[in-house]
Amino acid sequence: MAEIRNYTLNFGPQHPAAHGVLRLVLELDGEVIQRADPHIGLLHRATEKLAEHKTWIQSLPYMDRLDYVSMMCNEHAYCMAIEKLVGIEVPERAQYIRVMFDEITRVLNHLLWLGAHAIDIGAMTVFLYCFREREDLMDCYEAVSGARMHAAYYRPGGVYRDLPDAMPQYLPSPYRSEKKVRELNENRQGSLLDFIEDFTRRFPTYVDEYETLLTDNRIWKQRTVGIGVVTPERAKALGFTGPMLRGSGVEWDLRRKQPYEVYDRMEFDIPIGVNGDCYDRYLVRIEEMRQSNKIIRQCIAWLRANAGPVITSNHKVAAPSRVDMKSNMEELIHHFKLFTEGMHVPPGEAYAAVEHPKGEFGIYAISDGANKPYRLKIRAPGFPHLAALNEMSRGHMLADVVAIIGTQDIVFGEIDR
Amino acid sequence: MSTRIETLKAALASTLGERIQRLDEALGELTLVVKSNDLIGVATLLRDEPSLRFEELIDLCGVDYSGWGGSEVPPLRFAVVAHLLSVSNNCRLRLRVFAAEDDFPVVDTLTGVWPNANWYEREAFDLFGIMFEGHDDLRRILTDYGFVGHPFRKDFPLSGNVEMRYDPEQRRVIYQPVTIEPREVTPRIVREAQYGELGGKA
Repeated sequence: MAEIRNYTLNFGPQHPAAHGVLRLVLELDGEVIQRADPHIGLLHRATEKLAEHKTWIQSLPYMDRLDYVSMMCNEHAYCMAIEKLVGIEVPERAQYIRVMFDEITRVLNHLLWLGAHAIDIGAMTVFLYCFREREDLMDCYEAVSGARMHAAYYRPGGVYRDLPDAMPQYLPSPYRSEKKVRELNENRQGSLLDFIEDFTRRFPTYVDEYETLLTDNRIWKQRTVGIGVVTPERAKALGFTGPMLRGSGVEWDLRRKQPYEVYDRMEFDIPIGVNGDCYDRYLVRIEEMRQSNKIIRQCIAWLRANAGPVITSNHKVAAPSRVDMKSNMEELIHHFKLFTEGMHVPPGEAYAAVEHPKGEFGIYAISDGANKPYRLKIRAPGFPHLAALNEMSRGHMLADVVAIIGTQDIVFGEIDR
Repeated sequence: MSTRIETLKAALASTLGERIQRLDEALGELTLVVKSNDLIGVATLLRDEPSLRFEELIDLCGVDYSGWGGSEVPPLRFAVVAHLLSVSNNCRLRLRVFAAEDDFPVVDTLTGVWPNANWYEREAFDLFGIMFEGHDDLRRILTDYGFVGHPFRKDFPLSGNVEMRYDPEQRRVIYQPVTIEPREVTPRIVREAQYGELGGKA
């Protein structure tokens, strides 16, 4: 009789279902996974080391490039860490803007996750639908910051500028007829807030559409129910956070348990799973999108009624306005010092965490009183999740690895840093 | 929030007693420093004691203090800093342990207490060269296969030591010493305390 041996399979780094640059060394017995050894670091850019050589504000745009699917949430944790060390208050309006954009980011992230996860397991349509909605949200990013993805909109002490009064519109071009342009601009007649409000009105029906395609779909259930089950105890021991932890039935959400900004004034529910499998995590994320929509609406209502500053007036931290800088000697000095030497952060250490769409995203910053961080550690939520891949996929079939990678919502920008 | 920290402080004092080397409260966060040979015992207590119950290891990282510019210079060069989270008691704790020797930093592994310490310790080993005694799979994780050195140490240059290029004569990719000059755009400056009247609430 022939000798039966396990064989090793290289999955990635250029596999489309590896979500970036994951090299997975799989040890297979037939089609059953015996061991999965993820090799990461192919996207390692040493962000933390680079940050040690840049002023505090110069490192901020690097944060967008960590988890490049939820840009503003990364910035948020970074700004919160600096604000904690420096001890400045963020104006209330800026807090609401931050919460609103955190939730827009959560929807953006979950939409990409849903589309990518679905296409990995064989449902093409959802992907196209998700990207249709992402386009509108990207436009919101662009309207406030000028960039569709790498916004650098949150700044220590607030946000870069107030929400625009007019939503940018499409212009007619040789490639787009007048009629088409008019249709495209229909919901862009008012301010940014009007545009977002219009989106929040449409969005729940879109989520219903995704659910019609997937939730009761027999194939979807066959691919996700009972796959990658994690018990609540094990999820905690493995350091899971966010939807991965909630999918296992642990009610833990930083927005509720350790509220930051104005989350304590928001009304929303925390969905949790029961079985801790891929299907439950899918349901949790779908429900999170609906809850985010609810939070966005509450923020819009408040932002419409209350005006005010959006960045701190402490010019040791935030730059003075352009007009003041041109007319006032002292403001000019502040501006010059801030953009040459940078702000000085008092000695100490701080850990600030936000409920990122993927889990707990934390920034641990150590300052020795210089104009640059002494050490910056980024706590990426995907890192412990991917570390648990071996445990989650053992005993499953080869095809289930794709479902498990999908459910973990892996992005290599943050894992490799 | 402050009452929660007071309760946690009291619980730590009663459980750990003598083993607390230092316990600081700053910016609403508690930092516990323990000796490296107490680490495993303390970590197990932190996880299992009902009044503490830090069941999640949120983060673990290495720190190299050799370039410290501020006052209050840390006693040793390398430290391992862990951030713990208690889901049941809703509190956080920072646990710091200094590696006894600067030339060959060794710390006991926490993988037996929190399984997810595995990758974090691999990372700290890779980037700082801190050895974790008892870790059964201490491979490099983030840097390239065959990388030499520990890039996050303060004496490792930002541009690295080697660069890679294709050599048309040998018709293969080769490594050679870096050709770019190191440069510093903004110099690192440590100002006097209370500069700009900034500072967190204690």
